[in-house]
Amino acid sequence: MVTSARRAVLSLLLAAAVALGGARAEERFITVASTTSTQDSGLFEYLLPIFTKKTGIAVHVVAVGTGQAIKIGQQGDADVLFVHDRAGEEKFVAEGYGVKREPLMYNDFILVGPEADPAHVRGDKDAVDSLRKIAAGQAAFVSRGDDSGTNRMELRLWKQAGIDVKAASGGWYKSLGQGMGPTLNTAAAMDAYTLADRATWNKFANKQHLALLVEGDRRLFNQYGVILVNPARFPHVKAADGQAFIDWLISPEGQAAIAGYRINGEPAFFPDHDQPGA
Amino acid sequence: MQTILAAFDSALQLILRLDPGLIEIVLLSLRVSLLAVALAGVIGLPLGAAVALARFPGRRFTAILLNSLMGLPPVVVGLVVYLLLSRSGPLGVLGLLFTPTAMILAQVVIVTPIVASLTRQVIEDLWAEYREQLLSLGCGPLRAIPALLWDGRFSLVTALLAGFGRASAEVGAIMIVGGNIDHVTRMMTTAIALETSKGDLALALGLGIILIVLSLGVNGAAYLIRDLTGGRR
Amino acid sequence: MTAVRAASQSASILPLRLEKLGYAAGGEMLIEAIDVELAAGPRTVILGPNGAGKSLLLRLCHGLLRPTAGHVRWRGDGALLRRRQAMVFQRPVMLRRSAAGNIAFALRLRGIPRRVRQAKIAETLARTGLSALAHLPARVLSGGEQQRLALARAWALEPEVLFLDEPTASLDPAATRAVEALVNDIHRSGTKVVMTTHDLAQARRLADEILFLNHGRLIEAGPAERFFARPATPEAAAFLKGELMW
Repeated sequence: MVTSARRAVLSLLLAAAVALGGARAEERFITVASTTSTQDSGLFEYLLPIFTKKTGIAVHVVAVGTGQAIKIGQQGDADVLFVHDRAGEEKFVAEGYGVKREPLMYNDFILVGPEADPAHVRGDKDAVDSLRKIAAGQAAFVSRGDDSGTNRMELRLWKQAGIDVKAASGGWYKSLGQGMGPTLNTAAAMDAYTLADRATWNKFANKQHLALLVEGDRRLFNQYGVILVNPARFPHVKAADGQAFIDWLISPEGQAAIAGYRINGEPAFFPDHDQPGA
Repeated sequence: MQTILAAFDSALQLILRLDPGLIEIVLLSLRVSLLAVALAGVIGLPLGAAVALARFPGRRFTAILLNSLMGLPPVVVGLVVYLLLSRSGPLGVLGLLFTPTAMILAQVVIVTPIVASLTRQVIEDLWAEYREQLLSLGCGPLRAIPALLWDGRFSLVTALLAGFGRASAEVGAIMIVGGNIDHVTRMMTTAIALETSKGDLALALGLGIILIVLSLGVNGAAYLIRDLTGGRR
Repeated sequence: MTAVRAASQSASILPLRLEKLGYAAGGEMLIEAIDVELAAGPRTVILGPNGAGKSLLLRLCHGLLRPTAGHVRWRGDGALLRRRQAMVFQRPVMLRRSAAGNIAFALRLRGIPRRVRQAKIAETLARTGLSALAHLPARVLSGGEQQRLALARAWALEPEVLFLDEPTASLDPAATRAVEALVNDIHRSGTKVVMTTHDLAQARRLADEILFLNHGRLIEAGPAERFFARPATPEAAAFLKGELMW
């Protein structure tokens, strides 16, 4: 090989190595395990820069299903847990994985479905009743089926309606094992009903013929909690910075920031740290 | 059709604007996948050559095993690497989870069998062709490895490119061990998955187009290097 | 010329003795009971019809195959044995590098230092008429040029014995003549030549002594002149007449 060509190749490779090397300066950060629906709502893109600007602490969010987020917390792979499954959260603390559960905010779920609404649930005030109608008419319904907070709420409602969805699974009821976004994609493609959180729905860009049909039933309220992963159990947890994050979120400033987040002009989350029974 | 047209428009906008978010994701994706392929090459090329040439009991089985490992489901690799790197796992002290390093590791595990397996086949075929002459010159199989690797370089570059294709298209493993953290471990493929799940299909497809163009770029560069190093037969 | 061989001037590996040499594969005796001595000097041509076992015999002598019966006995010890021999095959095997690079590869294997290597390569290419092609990729050379390059590579090693397995079988007449001329040059420079061929005319041109093989057995061995003028066996006579042999 001609020497000059060889030199050119080597310089090219060296330059590439330098460009890609990109050593990262040591960054001060915490790891937060949260859910895909929270991320898909866009809340973090809005909220976190405010916190980082104030404290200089970056927040790395790992967004997965609620079940997986809690598991990440149990493994000690995150500093803070930020999910919406009260039962799961309380168990997390009770079993010693978390320090204390702080109620944070709520958003609500809605029932969406085909514009044509074959089960006639539009405008219902009783969500459980709506589900009964959907089951009776065997209208197509898709479920996240991923053990997420959304999924757990959905299954609680079916239970209250007295419907055994396991038996119906594969027929009019389809369990997908996916996040909120993909589930909405499937519902849109199949013209099916599904339970969604309002924030993800508002931001969702592929609605096709789906429409918001049922809202407002108190049973559809989705409570968020935030928990510091227990440093006594996992010594490497960034307890000080993690607590700083939680303290900010529940402070008047943090709660106002949450309330300030809008999707298409509508508030998406309702801060309720100081409300009793949250 | 609408979405596809919107996708091209979307891709073009991002590129023309030199969107900083896009550049960040592209650089990270290239860094992770190219490093993974380089490491897979460092391990896989000599490994494949050794399996091709060394005589040892269970050699046939090793070859079959290597071939089968090419079909390892990436998401399973991701899960295993996650459990290894988790704070509760054996390598937890390293604190590598949810970092680009973890993604590189997972991709190395996925790509090495591909490189090793293809190398084994190339070296085996070359040795069959060169064996008598090399033995006559006093060059035994193990001593021939560097010469064979160099002689098979065109086929081996293709093997590395196949590895790169696998690495850059991968999404399951890096999602689990990287966490798809914004500005930290978000790569092209996980960004596409995210935008899809947000329903922004045009943007997702646009990113996909950019990913394909990147792949074309890497393959093009490889052929350029090949030509510069005396690429004629 | 002496740099490579200087160290081992005294240790000649010839004569080569084949003692009751046999080779079996797949349950068949492909080479049977061959007894012969190959001494330094004459150009030895192993002649015979296709399938006679000529190539096998060459490989047994060169050590590429192990005999299943009998012995291949060189003079001297094992360490120098391979280094004093070289072989050229019917189809030249070239690495994907330049012509000069191929010769360099062989010399490097022998531990020849760089400066000596460079001189040797230049010298050998000049003697084989390939200097102009030194930096071309070996694989773009014609069949005849590649075979001459293979001979150059072998010659650069200054072997005491050069084995050639049907070196011109795939070449056109012009290339064949060039290769034969080279073989003679190498012989004149002091190397023992042992070559197989099924081409009678070529054997007549090149051989000083003939080993005639048929069905894996050594039928006749002796000076070429005598063999061609008065073959001692009916098989040899038939072969010389060009009759088919089973």
